[in-house]
Amino acid sequence: MGYPHSSHERETPVLSKYFGDPDARTLAGWRARGGYTSLDKALGMDPVEIQNIVKDSGLRGRGGAGFPTGIKWSFMKPDGKTHYLCCNADESEPGTFKDREIMRWTPHALVEGVAIGAHAIYAETAYIYIRGEYSEPIRLMQAAVAEAYASGILGANAMGSGKRVDVHVHRGAGAYICGEETALMNSLEGRRGNPRIKPPFPAVAGLFGQPTTINNVETLAAVPHILREGAEWYQGLGREDNPRSRGTKLFSVCGNIARPGNYEVTMGFPFGEFLNDLCGGALPGREIKAVIPGGSSVPILTREEAENTLMDYEGMVASGTMLGSGGVIVFDDRQDMVKQIARLARFYAHESCAQCSQCREGTAWTTRILERISAGQGNARDFDTLLSIADNMSGKTICVLSDSCATPVVSGLKKFRAEFEAKLGPDHSRGVVPVLLTSNRTVAA
Amino acid sequence: MTYGPSAGQLVRPPEHHHDEPHVPVFVGARRDELDTIMSRYPTKMAALLPALWMVQDTHGWVSEGAVEEVAQVLDLTAAYVKGVLSFYTMYHQHPVGRHFVQVCTTTPCNVCGAEDVVHAFLEHTGCGELGLTSSDGRFTVIEVECLGACGFATPVMINNEFIESVTPERVARIVAEHD
Repeated sequence: MGYPHSSHERETPVLSKYFGDPDARTLAGWRARGGYTSLDKALGMDPVEIQNIVKDSGLRGRGGAGFPTGIKWSFMKPDGKTHYLCCNADESEPGTFKDREIMRWTPHALVEGVAIGAHAIYAETAYIYIRGEYSEPIRLMQAAVAEAYASGILGANAMGSGKRVDVHVHRGAGAYICGEETALMNSLEGRRGNPRIKPPFPAVAGLFGQPTTINNVETLAAVPHILREGAEWYQGLGREDNPRSRGTKLFSVCGNIARPGNYEVTMGFPFGEFLNDLCGGALPGREIKAVIPGGSSVPILTREEAENTLMDYEGMVASGTMLGSGGVIVFDDRQDMVKQIARLARFYAHESCAQCSQCREGTAWTTRILERISAGQGNARDFDTLLSIADNMSGKTICVLSDSCATPVVSGLKKFRAEFEAKLGPDHSRGVVPVLLTSNRTVAA
Repeated sequence: MTYGPSAGQLVRPPEHHHDEPHVPVFVGARRDELDTIMSRYPTKMAALLPALWMVQDTHGWVSEGAVEEVAQVLDLTAAYVKGVLSFYTMYHQHPVGRHFVQVCTTTPCNVCGAEDVVHAFLEHTGCGELGLTSSDGRFTVIEVECLGACGFATPVMINNEFIESVTPERVARIVAEHD
């Protein structure tokens, strides 16, 4: 079942199977749909065994980085220390709203995935950090956790296994940067959400200084299915010629598109068919001009590029962009790309935690220059200034928020150069040496 | 192109609001609730964001007096609490309208006409300007960065209520429903 649309026949609903079905929200409803059988099984297994199944399934992090989940879990050793699992539900990447639907429709799927994840990394305590604006998902997750405690699924003797598993919901308070894993840990500890310098990595010294694993909502929600259906089943989903991207992925689609919403397809699905068939293509009488395929932090594609892309980690890289969070933002021919890229830059300027100067200054100046160009007051030298700032913002800061601001600016200037130039009045470009965009200028991932 | 203030940034405080004495939040049932929350973490400090939420849910904003109280119950300094408080845009550091309206205008909503929704709210609430509170104390309207519901453009939050797919045409009725 889809939400808000019904499932397309070419979708492969695994995580989204019960989206739109309110009965799946309750514990009884979730149990009736096979819920908590995987947790029951997992609690009787050795953590290494679970890690190996997840490794074999090919599951990779769905929050954006794509790190293999089983390998991440295997960094956690039974060392006698207190371990923590953090579930990153601070979904804030513009264009992304998949975790929201997982939590709204299948909150117990996440509780189950989190509990399995905790056991798999030798942790007794897990925190689900949900962005403060998600009032309904927070309420539903709190209700699901309470139900799970009341029925003995969580607590000192989880499902009668003799093992302790505690899961707590923690509400954020409005900060995009808290989706960065080390900022999330600082925020959970009651600090400002500034990212931390790595190393030490969270697996060594994370939350409260203890070994910690941070996983995205979609990643953890996939785990019960993998344990139930087997690693081979998950491994079998995806295009045949790419062994590195397996399983299904939720894509959130928004902007100027006929049917916005969440779609779940197997890895490697053709992007052209996805946009034009599943999502219904452009709005009546319009044409798609550009697509940001993986949340606002990844390079922009033209429609032609997008239509020739395969939707998995490697397919996106082959087209010069990234899978990211799977947030697909569509722009049609009415849109002013200069204005919209300026608006994105403004988002990053607002969300910069301001501890690194390249980011604090870079996001602010990028926004100011882009808004000036957008208002018809730019000159051709501004393009070079923007690229120079972008260069200084990339690969030089504690976290990648700075890089994320530079990315749409660089790719936007490269692919929609004519729109930027058209914003310059004749007076502003006169007498200025034309600036050529160097083709080898890239932005660090 | 005009952009107004974003959440928590430039909302202008009414005058003289600092004069009101702080009514303690963490007494009776709310103190018990805070103790339950604190038991979930190995440090008292980790209960800071939840404690600030409890303050805001009780009083509608977080005053200087509340900062002192939170600092005292969590064994922190007021300066530290204020430092954390000021990082997070959802906490109000001065009173706002009874209905705090946040309209998402980040790119995905922007391309779907979110700026028209903002203008409709400014007009129908009588706020006139972003960040100002209407003269009857009912509304404050701001633009907010990505609410994470991009497929349901334009999402609007009114206090803790989340409204999807708001169009300028729906605004008059939404405003009327919020006394």
